[in-house]
Amino acid sequence: MTEDGLYASVVVRRSESFELDFEVSIPPGRTVALLGPNGAGKSTAVAAIAGLLPLDMGRIELAGVVLDDPEQALFVPAESRRVGLVFQDYLLFPHLNLIENIAFGLRSRRVGRDEAFDGARQWMRRLGLNGLEKSKPRDLSGGEAQRAALARALITDPDILLLDEPLAALDVTTRAQLRRTLAEHLEGFRGPRLLITHDPIEAFLLADEIHVIEQGTVTQRGTADEIRLRPRTRYAADLAGSNLYTGTASDGQVDIGGHSLHIADRGVAGAVLVTIRPTAISVHHSEPTGSPRNSWPTTVELIEPLGDRVRLRTGSPLVLTIEITRDATADLGLAIGAGIWVAVKATEIGVEPDVPSRRS
Amino acid sequence: MIGRPSLLLVALGCVGLALFVVPFVGLLARTPWSDLPELLGRDVVTDALRLSLVSSVTATGIALVAGVPLAWLLARVEFPGRAVVRGLVTLPLVLPPVVGGAALLFALGRRGAVGEPLYEATGLLLPFSTWGVVVATTFVAMPFLVITVEGALRSLDQRYEGAAATLGARRWTVMRRVTLPMIGPSLVAGLVLTWARAFGEFGATITFAGNLQGKTQTLPLAVFVALESEREAAVAISLLMVVVSLTVLIALRDRWWRVL
Repeated sequence: MTEDGLYASVVVRRSESFELDFEVSIPPGRTVALLGPNGAGKSTAVAAIAGLLPLDMGRIELAGVVLDDPEQALFVPAESRRVGLVFQDYLLFPHLNLIENIAFGLRSRRVGRDEAFDGARQWMRRLGLNGLEKSKPRDLSGGEAQRAALARALITDPDILLLDEPLAALDVTTRAQLRRTLAEHLEGFRGPRLLITHDPIEAFLLADEIHVIEQGTVTQRGTADEIRLRPRTRYAADLAGSNLYTGTASDGQVDIGGHSLHIADRGVAGAVLVTIRPTAISVHHSEPTGSPRNSWPTTVELIEPLGDRVRLRTGSPLVLTIEITRDATADLGLAIGAGIWVAVKATEIGVEPDVPSRRS
Repeated sequence: MIGRPSLLLVALGCVGLALFVVPFVGLLARTPWSDLPELLGRDVVTDALRLSLVSSVTATGIALVAGVPLAWLLARVEFPGRAVVRGLVTLPLVLPPVVGGAALLFALGRRGAVGEPLYEATGLLLPFSTWGVVVATTFVAMPFLVITVEGALRSLDQRYEGAAATLGARRWTVMRRVTLPMIGPSLVAGLVLTWARAFGEFGATITFAGNLQGKTQTLPLAVFVALESEREAAVAISLLMVVVSLTVLIALRDRWWRVL
């Protein structure tokens, strides 16, 4: 438990068959991501912390104030909590223009119109929204709407920032750019931050700590690397088991810490995020012949059975997580320390533009 | 062949349109244009016009004050028998107005279950009074508002109200600044429909409130009486109603209730 941060033990029964039950504690200045598939209960968790949904059991405490404790019959409603919430698809009020939207929180707290609008103008300048005061939400781009939602949430000086799938409404190309803006603004917010997402990359890049949530319970918590390299469930392995690197692309190649790979997209250049699915990598006794343009010798460092498959980790020049069938493992006679060749097709390497990440 | 409707569709549409246009043309053809100022200037007509405007606007006001909360309860609060309540609210839409008027008379008349104690306590007699006209027209017209607003409240994404709450807005602020503005077009549409229905109300009014010039005789009632005695006056009053209704509907249409 933390004095200034968030402590939440959340138990909410949504139906006979579904119960959300998890515990999270976030100190000020840290970002925790709740990462899980649709229907895992992530949005229910946000609603409970925001005060839109009462707990059935548990307790929520923020900045030293108890907000919800069913045992004590204590429940502080949403309008009396100091919670900043950025909703999935933003929910900017469609009938209000941008400055009215952003000033809404101050106006609701009985701040006078002029003062509230001054405050809103400051936030709009800070987030690069100046000039859009009179615009209606439907006329904004995805990025502008996201920043507006952020400004609307932050203007009330909340004790916590909750982000519910903040990038899900955007297309892939704007997402990378907005992830950066979001990272910057998260940095600028001094309270605890809770990020809800189903996108592992978003969680890896924005959060200090990740809680994987499945069917209402947390199945694993740890740093991005811990979850990526030692996933505990099938789901975590599938979404987080991806090999994820930051690198520099140019001319159909990407450089990852001195190791160069061919990629399919010749147009991309500059800082990139590189992902390779563990099942997209093939393992060979000796140098493979044929189409793979990327192959190199390495050694097996770890072998882990995972149901009908086996998970390998290789050493330098590029730490890779690989998944192959049990039969293949047997055929190859793999053992820790064994020398192997790995190969991956250029088309199997995912590359998307990124900015230098704060956690690289 | 997008954008070119089939001939059958056009033909049937024209039949439908004719049903609206032909009576109107008939009315215009029979209008005694030269006598019109004299006919419309009569006391019986101006009294009825004033009464119609007052009662239809009052009914709309009552529908706004009582109907919106009712719609909100129906849309947002789960209570036992909600389906029955919803049925009761829509009943005046399907009931012949004369039956509604009779029911009002039994309940609110001098010997009625509610009317009698009301009369003894306050001396207020609703039947055959202007307030009776208002009650009858509200009874018949308010369902339009309740149904329209309830539908709008149901289709409104409630997460907007949640968003307002997390921004510190209390219940009434949420209602005033988010809910009502967001259902605004439907609310206005409901009010316009309610007013239009109230303005044209006949059956319940004549049954419950009677037909007293200057007190309960609204324009439709005046038309009814004139049809028996003086056709020309009936035509003139009818034309007046058409003009008033069309003016209101067209004036508000483009600006306010595109939803319909």
